[in-house]
Amino acid sequence: MSDLLAARSQMAMSLAFHIIFSVIGIGLPLLMVIAEWRWMRTGEAQYLDLAKRWAKGAAILFAVGAVSGTVLSFELGLLWPNFMRFAGPIIGMPFSLEGFAFFTEAIFLGIYLYGWDRIGRRAHLASGVIVALSGVLSGIFVVIANAWMNTPTGFTMIDGQAVDVRPFAAMANRAAFAQTLHMTLAAYAALGLAVAGIHAIMILRGSTNPFHRRALAIGLAVGAPASILQPISGDISARMVAETQPVKLAALEGQFETERGAPLRVGGLPDVERRETRWAIELPNMLSLLAFHDPDAEVKGLTAFPRDEWPPVAIVHLAFQVMVALGTYMALVSVWAAWRWWRGRSSTALAGDRLLLRALALATPMGFIAIEAGWTVTEVGRQPWVVQGILRTGDAVTPMPGLVVPFLVFTVLYLILGIIVVYMLRQHIARLPEQPGDPSLPRSRSSGQALRSGQAGNREPGTGDSATADGTSSVASA
Amino acid sequence: MIQVIQNLTLAELTAWVVVVALNAYVLFGGADFGGGVWDLFATGPRRERQRSLIANAIGPIWEANHVWLIVVVVVLFVCFPRAFSGLATILHIPLSLMLIGIVLRGSAFVFRAYSYGPRTEQRRWGQIFAVSSLITPIVLGICVGAVVSGTVGDALSSIDRSATEPLGLRPSVGTGAATAPGFMFLYVQPWLTPFAVAVGAMTLALFSFLAAVYLTVEAERDPELQQDYRQRALIAAGGSLVTALVALVLGGTQGGVMRRLVGMGWSLPLLSAAGCAAGIAIFALVRRRYRLARLAAGAEVTLILWGWALAQFPLIVPPSLTIDDAAAPGRVLGDTLVVLACGAVVLVPSLWYLLRVFRAGESKGGGP
Repeated sequence: MSDLLAARSQMAMSLAFHIIFSVIGIGLPLLMVIAEWRWMRTGEAQYLDLAKRWAKGAAILFAVGAVSGTVLSFELGLLWPNFMRFAGPIIGMPFSLEGFAFFTEAIFLGIYLYGWDRIGRRAHLASGVIVALSGVLSGIFVVIANAWMNTPTGFTMIDGQAVDVRPFAAMANRAAFAQTLHMTLAAYAALGLAVAGIHAIMILRGSTNPFHRRALAIGLAVGAPASILQPISGDISARMVAETQPVKLAALEGQFETERGAPLRVGGLPDVERRETRWAIELPNMLSLLAFHDPDAEVKGLTAFPRDEWPPVAIVHLAFQVMVALGTYMALVSVWAAWRWWRGRSSTALAGDRLLLRALALATPMGFIAIEAGWTVTEVGRQPWVVQGILRTGDAVTPMPGLVVPFLVFTVLYLILGIIVVYMLRQHIARLPEQPGDPSLPRSRSSGQALRSGQAGNREPGTGDSATADGTSSVASA
Repeated sequence: MIQVIQNLTLAELTAWVVVVALNAYVLFGGADFGGGVWDLFATGPRRERQRSLIANAIGPIWEANHVWLIVVVVVLFVCFPRAFSGLATILHIPLSLMLIGIVLRGSAFVFRAYSYGPRTEQRRWGQIFAVSSLITPIVLGICVGAVVSGTVGDALSSIDRSATEPLGLRPSVGTGAATAPGFMFLYVQPWLTPFAVAVGAMTLALFSFLAAVYLTVEAERDPELQQDYRQRALIAAGGSLVTALVALVLGGTQGGVMRRLVGMGWSLPLLSAAGCAAGIAIFALVRRRYRLARLAAGAEVTLILWGWALAQFPLIVPPSLTIDDAAAPGRVLGDTLVVLACGAVVLVPSLWYLLRVFRAGESKGGGP
C-alpha cells in the first residue's frame, strides 16, 4: 500500500467513523428535546423516560463523536500538511465558528445530562434546545469547509500562491448551500428513521407498551419530513455539481461521451477501458432534464476531460446509485407513514399497520448507509484533487513514510470502539420496557427523582461506582 | 512591557491568544487528565469514594474543557499554517499517540459512566480511562518540550524548503534517497530526547498536582477524602518540583530557548513568580486553606506556561521560524480575532453558567 493510499484510507476511515456520531449528535438532541417538551405539556412520564433514555444514548455517542472529531482536526495536519498550509487560512473561518458551536454544544450537553435535579425545568429544556441547535450549526460549518474544497473561492492564485484571502467570501462558496442543506436533511432523515425503525422492530416483536408508539412517532416526526424533502435538496445538489464539477457529474452518472439529451442511467457498471456504462437501465433525456432542467441540454462526458483528472468512475457511480436508491426508499416509506398518520390522526394508527412497521424496520440502517455512500460520491468524485482544480491530493500528503502503520492502528482502534458502542447501545435498548403496566415506569411528573425511584430495579448508571448508584436508588425508594 | 505591547504585530497578538487558549486547556482539561491519574492511584479503604469523587467532578465538564484543545489547534492551523503543518509533520508519531490517548480516555470514561454491565466490566473501562489519562499528558509534554528545545525546528528546516511555496514540505526534492535525511532523524529523534521526556514528566506532575488540589475543594463535605487529596497534592507538588529541576538542568545543555528562559527580560521574573506561587500552594495545603491552594496552584501553572511563551517569543518554532513568518495573511488574522472575540461573548457566560450549576458542595443527588 502506497503512502498516499494509506493516508487517503486513514482519512476516509476516520471520516466514515466520525460522521455516524456527528449525524446522531445532530439528530438525537432534537428527539430528546421533543420528548421532554411533550412530557412538560402532557405530564406523561413515558415522555420523560424517553428523553432520559435518549439523553444517555446521546452522552455516549457525543463523547465518541467529540474524540473522533479531535482526531480529524489533527489528522488534517498529520496526513495533509501541505493542504493545511495552503488551505488553512482560507477555510479556517468555518472551523473557528465550528469550534464555538462545538463548545456551546459540549457545555450545554453537560448541563443537560447532569442537571436534571440542579436547574429548573424550563432552563433544562432550554439547555437541550441549545444542544440541538449548536449540533446543527457545527455540522453546517464543517460541511461549508468541505464545500469550499469542491468549489474553492475567496482568494486569488498568483504564481501558485493564494493571495488576497477573504475568509468570509470563501465560506460563501458555490456548493455551500446545496451541501449543507443536503447533509442537514440527511442527518435528520437517517437518525429519525433509524429510531423509528428500532421501535417498529420492538412493536413487531410483540411489545404492547405505548412507550414504543411514542418513540416511533417522534422518530417519524423528525425523520419523515426530512426524508420527503431530501429529493428536492438532491436536485439542488445535482444541478450545482453539474455546473461546478462536470467531471464529477459525469463520473457519478457513468456518462463517458458528451451528448445532448443524455439519458439517466439506473444501476449499471462503468467500464473505464471500454468507455461505457454497461447493464444500466437508461431513461432517455432524463439526465439532461434533471441536471439542467432541459431535456435537450448537453451533458459533458468524462472523455471531455484529461484522463488524469478522472475520479475512480466505478466507485463513484455505484456509491451514487446506492445513495439514490436508499434515499428514494426512505422518501417513499415516509410518504406512506405520513399518509397513515393523516388518515388515523394518531400514533396508534401507525403502530397498527404491520406492513408499514416492517417497511420502517427495513429502513433502520438505510440513512446511515446512504450518508456513507453520499460522502463517497463527493469525496472520491473530487479526486485526484483535494482542492478542486487547485491542489492535487498527491501533492498534499505528508512526506512521512510508513503511513500504513497509523492507518492500521487507527483502523483497529475504531473497529474496537465501534464494537463497544454497538454493545453498549444494545445494552441500553435491551432495557427498554416491555409491558404497559411495567412497574419500572414512573407515573409521577414531579421530578427526575421520581424516575430514579421507579428504576430502583434497573441500577442507574452514572458515576461508575455502584455504591453511589445503589445508594441513590435506595434513598429514593425509601 | 508597554513598549512590547505597542510593537506587537497582529500575528503576535494572535499567538498570545493561542497561549490564552492553551492556558485554559491546561488549567481545565489538564486537571481532568490529572483526575484520571488519581483514579489510577486510588488506594486504601476509601478507594471507591475517591474514584466517585473524581467521576462526579469531571463528568459534567470534561467535554467542554476538552474543546480548548480544539480551539488551540484550529487557531494554529488557520493563523499559523506553516507552523501547524511543520509541527504535524515532525511530531506525527507523538501527536498520533496523544490522539489515541484522548480517544481512549474520553470513550472509556463515558463507557464506565453509562455501563449497565457487571462491575468487572466497569472496572476495565476505569482502568483504560486511568491509564490513558496518565499517558496523554506525558506525550503532550514531550511535544511541547521538543518544540521548546529547537529539535523540531532543526528537523523541519531540513524538509521545509520554501517559505513562500505552498507545497513547501517535501522530504528530498531532486536528491536521491541516500542523501535524504533519514526517518529517525526527522520523525523520532526530534522528540525522543531526555529534555522532552523530562518536560513530559513535568506536565504529568503538574496536571496531577492541579487535579489533587481541585479535588481537595471538591471534597469539602468529606474530610477524609479531603485529607487523601491533600496528601496527594503535596506528593504531586514534590514531583513537579523535581521534574522541573531535571528539565531545567537538561535544558541548560540544550542551549537556545533554555538560555533565553533565564536570560530574557520578562521570563525570569515570571518563573520566579511561578516558584512563589508553588510555595504559597504548598503552604496553603499544609495549613488546609484549600481555596487559596487552588488559586495558587492555578497561578503556578499559568506562570510556567507564560514563562515558556515569553522565553520563546517571537519564535513560534525555535530556533528560527518566527510568529510573523509563519502567519497567515493579515486579513485572515483580523477576521479570526474578531470571530474569537464574538465567540468569547457567547462562551464566557456559558462556561460561567456550567461551572455555577456544578459548583462543588451544591450537589443534590448522584451522577447523571
